[in-house]
Amino acid sequence: MFRKRHLISIRDFTREEMEAVLRRAEELERHARPDLMRGRILANLFFEPSTRTRLSFETAMKRLGGEVLNLDSEEASSMAKGETLSDTVRVIGGYADAIVLRHSREGAARMAAEVSGVPVINAGDGAGQHPTQTLLDLYTIRRESHLEGLRIAMVGDLKYGRTVHSLAYALALYGARIYPVAPEGLALPADLQEDLRHSGARLQPVKSLQEALRKADVLYVTRIQKERFPDPQEYRRVAGSYRITLDLLRRAPKGLVILHPLPRVDEIDPRVDGTPYARYFRQAYYGVPVRMAVLSLLLPRRGKGEA
Amino acid sequence: MKGAGNKKELRVLPIRKGTVIDHIPGGRALRVLRILGITDASRETVSVAMNVPSRQMGRKDIVKVENRELVPGEVQKIALIAPRATINIIDDMEVRRKMKVSLPREIEGVLRCSNPNCISNTPEPAVARFRVENGGLRCFYCERMFSGELTDHI
Repeated sequence: MFRKRHLISIRDFTREEMEAVLRRAEELERHARPDLMRGRILANLFFEPSTRTRLSFETAMKRLGGEVLNLDSEEASSMAKGETLSDTVRVIGGYADAIVLRHSREGAARMAAEVSGVPVINAGDGAGQHPTQTLLDLYTIRRESHLEGLRIAMVGDLKYGRTVHSLAYALALYGARIYPVAPEGLALPADLQEDLRHSGARLQPVKSLQEALRKADVLYVTRIQKERFPDPQEYRRVAGSYRITLDLLRRAPKGLVILHPLPRVDEIDPRVDGTPYARYFRQAYYGVPVRMAVLSLLLPRRGKGEA
Repeated sequence: MKGAGNKKELRVLPIRKGTVIDHIPGGRALRVLRILGITDASRETVSVAMNVPSRQMGRKDIVKVENRELVPGEVQKIALIAPRATINIIDDMEVRRKMKVSLPREIEGVLRCSNPNCISNTPEPAVARFRVENGGLRCFYCERMFSGELTDHI
């Protein structure tokens, strides 16, 4: 069942609600429905640039037959000149049937939902949430591997990476076994580990990337940012030792699936792209059916039984 | 029996009218004073007893403030650092009302979110709000969890 009016945080979801999105995404991926959003307008309100996410929402809305208003970061800020975000959201809500919001402040989308007359979809609030990314990650795992009894290795910056935090939280609801693999200083924060265990995740320490690789069904790779290291040489050494290469994959299990939220810099060797393990471009593609599903669930068709 | 009780009471002078906050975990009285806004500039008569032996708690603190009734926001904050505290309203040397503090499920407008990038720390109409969760507080907006020394956020 899906009864949400807004899509703000993956923490608001029950497992059933996630399932509802994933099922709808699968239907829409199989059978195009260019009638679902006909006559509807989606406003992309991006106070921070994120071309990939914006285009993915735009594609999703257009594939469903809807129209899109795009306010890029410059337009959004100039519209907001001196105005509060809440006022801007009220105004845009008068033009469009739903708002996709990207903003630099944590909690911006939650507040927007409180004042908006139309559904708000959080497309990233600072270091906070980005729920459609998590849903598309779940969808990819379901399509390319399996969610039940999943064993997943999360590799890279597990301290600051909001993508892995949200995904780990969602997978906790599936009782997934999670192998965290992070360089020193970028490990999964202790309070988050506690939180994840409370939610049902089974966090299992591993000694090395190789060990995680042997045990996992899915390898979820994220970027280690240069800015986290004061010494560039130290950064190169650490980043290098977490790099996914053909050599590393020689002993990988057959059905292993490698995912990455993209953009990647050099954490995955481009020569891995040609192997059957690489599914990160499929993952990016799945963003469209998942966002179609979200739009169709938040904006049900007007008609019988509805005002 | 009665004599022993009196002796114990005498550690802190009885007050005529005001509020007695009892069963504060040992050592936290100073934080309660901070919540109540009592500083070196305050004029009210305040007595503080710290690390009083207690059968229930091992050791406890007591704070007595004359001519003062607590507002609900203050009681909520005290509940955060002293979840077993009792509050006695004294009038004419007698206990008029006795209540236990209780940890609310949600706290609004009492604490500020300590994440400087949270939308509740901007001129937007977002009043800081928290959910009480596993002994900590989760910001309703930025969803960060604050645990440990909650008084740091008060």
